[in-house]
Amino acid sequence: MKKKLVVLGGGTAGTMVVNRLHKKLNNEEWSITIVDQNNRHLYQPGLLLLPFGGYTADEIVKERDDFFPSEVRYIQAEIDQVDPGANQVHLRNAETLDYDQLVIATGTTPRPDQTSGMDDPAIWRKSVFDFYTLEGSIALKRALDKFEGGRLVVHISEMPIKCPVAPLEFTFLADAYFSQRKMREKVEITYVTPLEGAFTKPVCSRQLGWMLTQRDIKLEPDFVIEHIDSERKVMVSMDEREIPFDLLVTVPVNMGADYIARSGLGDDLNYVPVSKETFLSKKYPNIFALGDASDIPASKAGSVAHFAIDLFADNFIEHVNGRVMTHNFDGHTNCFIESGNGKGLLIDFNYKVEPLTGMFPLPVVGPFSLLKESRINHLGKLAFRWIYWNLLLKGRWIPISALMSMAGKNQVPQRKEVEANASH
Amino acid sequence: MPVIEIAGRQISVNEEGFLTNFDEWDVDVATELAKQIEIPMTEERWKIINFLRDDFKVQGETATSRRVQTVGGVPVKEQFALFPKKPAKKMAYIAGLPKPKGCV
Repeated sequence: MKKKLVVLGGGTAGTMVVNRLHKKLNNEEWSITIVDQNNRHLYQPGLLLLPFGGYTADEIVKERDDFFPSEVRYIQAEIDQVDPGANQVHLRNAETLDYDQLVIATGTTPRPDQTSGMDDPAIWRKSVFDFYTLEGSIALKRALDKFEGGRLVVHISEMPIKCPVAPLEFTFLADAYFSQRKMREKVEITYVTPLEGAFTKPVCSRQLGWMLTQRDIKLEPDFVIEHIDSERKVMVSMDEREIPFDLLVTVPVNMGADYIARSGLGDDLNYVPVSKETFLSKKYPNIFALGDASDIPASKAGSVAHFAIDLFADNFIEHVNGRVMTHNFDGHTNCFIESGNGKGLLIDFNYKVEPLTGMFPLPVVGPFSLLKESRINHLGKLAFRWIYWNLLLKGRWIPISALMSMAGKNQVPQRKEVEANASH
Repeated sequence: MPVIEIAGRQISVNEEGFLTNFDEWDVDVATELAKQIEIPMTEERWKIINFLRDDFKVQGETATSRRVQTVGGVPVKEQFALFPKKPAKKMAYIAGLPKPKGCV
């Protein structure tokens, strides 16, 4: 009898996993099944540009099963529960799947229901919007087109979130968008975050914080939301600060899928605790979690999933053959950051090294510059959509190493110099 | 890594002053750290600090504000009242633990 690999979730991570492992595993020995609740694959970076007219919905949605190898069985169904003791997955359509190895790749989802008042029908998608769902992004486009001025607030509810730089990008793009409509002076933009600054990593936070100041965008740090007063259109923090808004673009609390909680596999946000080097569950020796579904301390982003799966595929072969996994992930993340007006930044970092300035992927010649605005970085982001649909999902080779390289990066000055600079 | 003197002892800390060695912490050190950030230690505050210490021993990482609420039983709002402005950071500082993750 063939051994069974079951992959839960057919998004960026799940699709890459079945394509990679289909090539690496012996098809006489292994059968591969992938499960997802719908057949709609979203190019998620597109959700950021759609509200500003950058993409239309049909440019960023394709059918999931177009990207699965024909030998892989695809089941469209909701997942009810995993029974790790019995090595079984129960589906809502009453089907039960046995597995020898299980990969959880059901990602993370915005949950407006987790903040009191946020999903009140009086305001939800009327004056309060999310943009990391297709419906939210489309509704937000309509609201922006109609917006005639007032208080625009861009807000993060709680970390971690999918693509931590996206709310900043949204803010930069909104600034450029209203400037182009010649009404920037009618819009007061505020960026509200539970973090201490614009971003978390020091060098990057300074650069991005400066970019907010340059654009006359107010920063409200350390703001942990308690509730939204839907009548007064005010956000209230745990320490009773209030921020009024006319248009609120929020990133709701992000959580892993509910079946993970029902199966006893998740932490308090339904993320699966795994080894940050190999993605193997800390509890079960035949369950892995990849992409946004895991609890690894890296950005929840497609680039992380991509680099992670480059290494995971080789690890998986070692693991199922009873060998020690030798391809340790270093937390490599690579993100284009849109900054508006046809420009962008690029950041490249890992668990240990924060985003630095420099050139990428080659020293001096780049062509991309790190942590600095340039036109070519923006073109890189646009080109990426083609790469995503045509190379990345199908597991084809892309000329960027899975592990981070220090080539081209400017090292942070010694601590004393940093302090001397900070005191000026 | 810098070494500083707290409560008459040599203690290793990182650039932000967070303890780097779990075992160099004790009640005297915590009281001194709390004093530095102007937090008077009360029974309610000790309850949270002790939860963070015990949880770290098992989990190997600092509990987030959410976890202090769901597992430790202290609502986030109360954490703000007890450790104003930056509760997660202040609680970890006094408990001699690294800043909680979520900052990626």
